[in-house]
Order: sequence, then structure tokens, then C-alpha cells
Amino acid sequence: MLYIKCPYCGLRAQKEFSYGGDATVKRPNINEEVSSEDWDNFVYMRKSPRGKHIELWQHIAGCRQWIKVQRDTATHEIFQTAKVTEEIR
Amino acid sequence: MQKYSVFSLIKNAFSNHQNWEVAWKDPSPKSEYDVVIIGGGGHGLATAYYLAKEHNIRNVAIIEKGWIGGGNVGRNTTIIRSNFMYDANARFNEFGMDLWRNLSQELNFNVMFSPRGIINLAHSDAQMNAYARRGNSMRLNGIDAKLLDRDEVKKLIPMADFSDEVRFPIFGGLMQPSAGTARHDAVAWGYARQADDMGVDIIQHCEVTGFDVVNGKIKGIRTSRGDIKAKKVGLCVAGSTNILAEKLNMTLPIETHVLQACVSEPVKPLLDGVVTFGAGHFYISQSDKGEMVMGGDLDGYNSYAQRGNLPTIQHVLTGGLALFPFLSRLKMLRTWGGIMDMSMDGSPIIDKTHIEGLYLNCGWCYGGFKSTPVSGWTFAHTIAQDQVHELNSELRLNRFSTGHLLDEKGLGTKTWIG
Repeated sequence: MLYIKCPYCGLRAQKEFSYGGDATVKRPNINEEVSSEDWDNFVYMRKSPRGKHIELWQHIAGCRQWIKVQRDTATHEIFQTAKVTEEIR
Repeated sequence: MQKYSVFSLIKNAFSNHQNWEVAWKDPSPKSEYDVVIIGGGGHGLATAYYLAKEHNIRNVAIIEKGWIGGGNVGRNTTIIRSNFMYDANARFNEFGMDLWRNLSQELNFNVMFSPRGIINLAHSDAQMNAYARRGNSMRLNGIDAKLLDRDEVKKLIPMADFSDEVRFPIFGGLMQPSAGTARHDAVAWGYARQADDMGVDIIQHCEVTGFDVVNGKIKGIRTSRGDIKAKKVGLCVAGSTNILAEKLNMTLPIETHVLQACVSEPVKPLLDGVVTFGAGHFYISQSDKGEMVMGGDLDGYNSYAQRGNLPTIQHVLTGGLALFPFLSRLKMLRTWGGIMDMSMDGSPIIDKTHIEGLYLNCGWCYGGFKSTPVSGWTFAHTIAQDQVHELNSELRLNRFSTGHLLDEKGLGTKTWIG
């Protein structure tokens, strides 16, 4: 079981969260010309690295906020969590 | 090569089975090959075998980081089926079923292919309608499909919960009688033995560290055991595709996830075929040893760990208990995890790439094992002829940008949810 520190609620069990995928993927800006390639990269293409990965989780059975988690995809170690508006370096 | 038969078994019994030939050699890598296949799993071994057999390309090496058969070909739940709705998936996998039916004879290795049938259970009228549609699509592609009503299901799996109190009553199911299981290790070993006999070098404990690409053309690979030149390179590393793609500066429509499976203690025969629960993600079959083999959901977050978390096992088995209450009396023998290439539409990719001489076989999601022979067969064709075969003409990499997705279940890009 992963234990994820929600920036709003503190340390909680993984079962309270649902996963939202890679947090570094950027949606193309609204009202701008978007090439097919940009859409492709946003919708389908993923780096999926082995090692440190910044990802979105939602505290679905808690405060329901989306948060960012930096986690190792091989060891599942969680290095850092942040509010979704904050940056993880 | 020594032929395996009842006579060779008796003959070797006289020498206490000490004099069997090695099944495949352990060569050091040569400096150059016509084709290098990266990944010594089922698909890689099958590809090398069909390259040699169908296309007479024998100067081939298989490069495996660990040992052959140590990855997903030895970690799956051994289910073989072709119960797909879309033409491309159905034709592809039904061709594979034909290869399965003759595989033990062809490889002179008993892969224990056992077509005992698969039943997908339905728990609502809507699901029955959806299965009727899928069954009709299958039959149009020449695949056997049978829509079962509740009583017919009850005859086949009387131990399931048919009481009135259940949350998800069984309405019926869709059965593919010709589906089944096989012994997964034997598939890897059988292909390895025949490929080795035809001159393929199986190089184990050799990690690929980089690629030699000059002017958009592959020249060779760099490995932990030295550089190897190659005219063509095929990637068969589902589970590690993104790691190698990064070395090639490629980004793919794939996320890497862990999928768990588990087996119970062995019990006497009680379940004949494969059964899938329609109201949750759970499937079950009984191995020849008597163990109940079970699996279900992914852990649900990107992972390269070949082990999973207990909450997922608990969730999967909760579904299992709802269907088969008797499971509560069984002890669990072991659980394990394998790493999946989760493609964004749930279907695999077998294609050329933008790099000349580099070929891609990946994105197998939950179901790579059943496609082992046909994957190797079509990938060998794609490599040898430098063009996709009709069978994998819709399993191309560019289908994501052109919108020709094969989203068999209509789940959208997050195929690991739901």
C-alpha cells in the first residue's frame, strides 16, 4: 500500500486516491491554432519513465482535490507531494 | 537436434536422464548479424523462429537482458482466445489460433494447448445484447461463438453463485469453445529450442545500452557485452518499451503499468475452462496442477516494479468471491506482477518506425500471451519484407494520429481504468 501525503489532509492510504496520470503533459492552449501533432502529444504520447515521475492523483475519498506526486515508478518511493497549482522540481 | 518422443524418453530413462542434449546453446555475441531481436520473451523467440523458418533468415540474434522466459511469458495467466469484435483484432488472433492448434507438433515440444473454452459472463440485459453483437461479429470472421443463457451457464459452472440475493446475477454469457490455455514456459522453451537449432543465437544476460543510428538508419546496438552491428533490429520488449524508446528519442502512445495475478493452493478438478466476471475485472481458470489461476485489474499507476500492491489483489478477489463463493475456503499460494505496455487504445503495435531498419512490436496491454505465435509470425514478415503483412496492417503506430484506433472496448485512452 502506498501512503500519500495530501497537501490538504496529511498522510493517507492509497485507497483514498485515484490516479490521474502524467502531470507534465500540457493541454494545448485554448483559442490558438493547434497542430495534429500537438494534439497527438497531449492525448496519446507518454514518456512513462522508469524512475522519478511527476503524476496527478485525486484525493477522491477525502478532500477531492487534485494533487501532484513525485514518485519512483520502480521502487514506489514518494519523494514529494504538492498542490496541483504548485511546481515540483 | 534430438527429437523429443516417447522413444527418446524411454531411451534416456536407461541413462537416468543424464544424457539429454542441451535444448539451446549459450553463445557469445558475434560482431554482426542480419537481424537482432531485442527481448527473449515469447514474442521475441517466436519472431526469431519464424524469421528462420518462413523467411530463411538465420543470421539472427536474440538479445535478452535477463534469461529467456523470465518476463511476461512466464508471468501471464496462460489464456488463449480470439473473441474480438473488431475485424482487425479478430482476423489477427484467429490466425494465431490456427498456429496454436498445431504448435506442439510444429515445435516438437508439448505446449499443452488445451482448448477448453472461455465464458464471458453477462450480468444485465444490456450486457447480453453487447455479447450477442460481439458473438455475431466473431462468427462473421469465422470464429466460434455461442451465446449462453442462464441455465446453460449453470450447467457449465454450477459452483458459481446463482442464488437470488446476489448483487450481480448471472444473465448468461458469451462462450468461445475453441479458446483455452497452454503451458506458457513450454511456449518460450519450444520456440527457443527450434530457433537455436536453425542457427539463431540466443544471448542471455546481455543488456541493450544504446543504439547506433546514422542518418536515420539503424547500424547496430550497444550492449553490456559489446557493440553488435545489425542490418535490422526488432524491439520485442513489452514492459520495457518506453525505456528503449527513450534511448532512441522516441515517444510512444504507451504507459507502463504493473498487472498482478495469483494462484490458490491446488485442489481437485472443478473448473473446466476460463471464466470472466462481467461485473468487475476478474477472471479465473484451473491449471493442470489444480491451482485456481486468477487475475484482474492493473494496480492503476505507472510502474516498473514486477510486483504489486495488496489492495489491488484484495479488490480483484472481492469480485472473485462474489462470483465463486467457494474461493473463500482456499489458501492463496502466491501472487506476482508483470509489467505491461498499456497502449492508448488497448491494442498492440507491430510496425516499422521512422528509423530505417528498426521495427517495433509493443503495446500488448493485458493480452500478449495469446498472440505469441501470430505476433512472431507477422513481426518476422514485417522485418523480413520491410513491410507490414495484411494481418498487422491495422496495428500500426500512426493509427493514433490518423484516428484509426482499435479501441476494442471503447474505453478511451485510459485503458487501465474501468
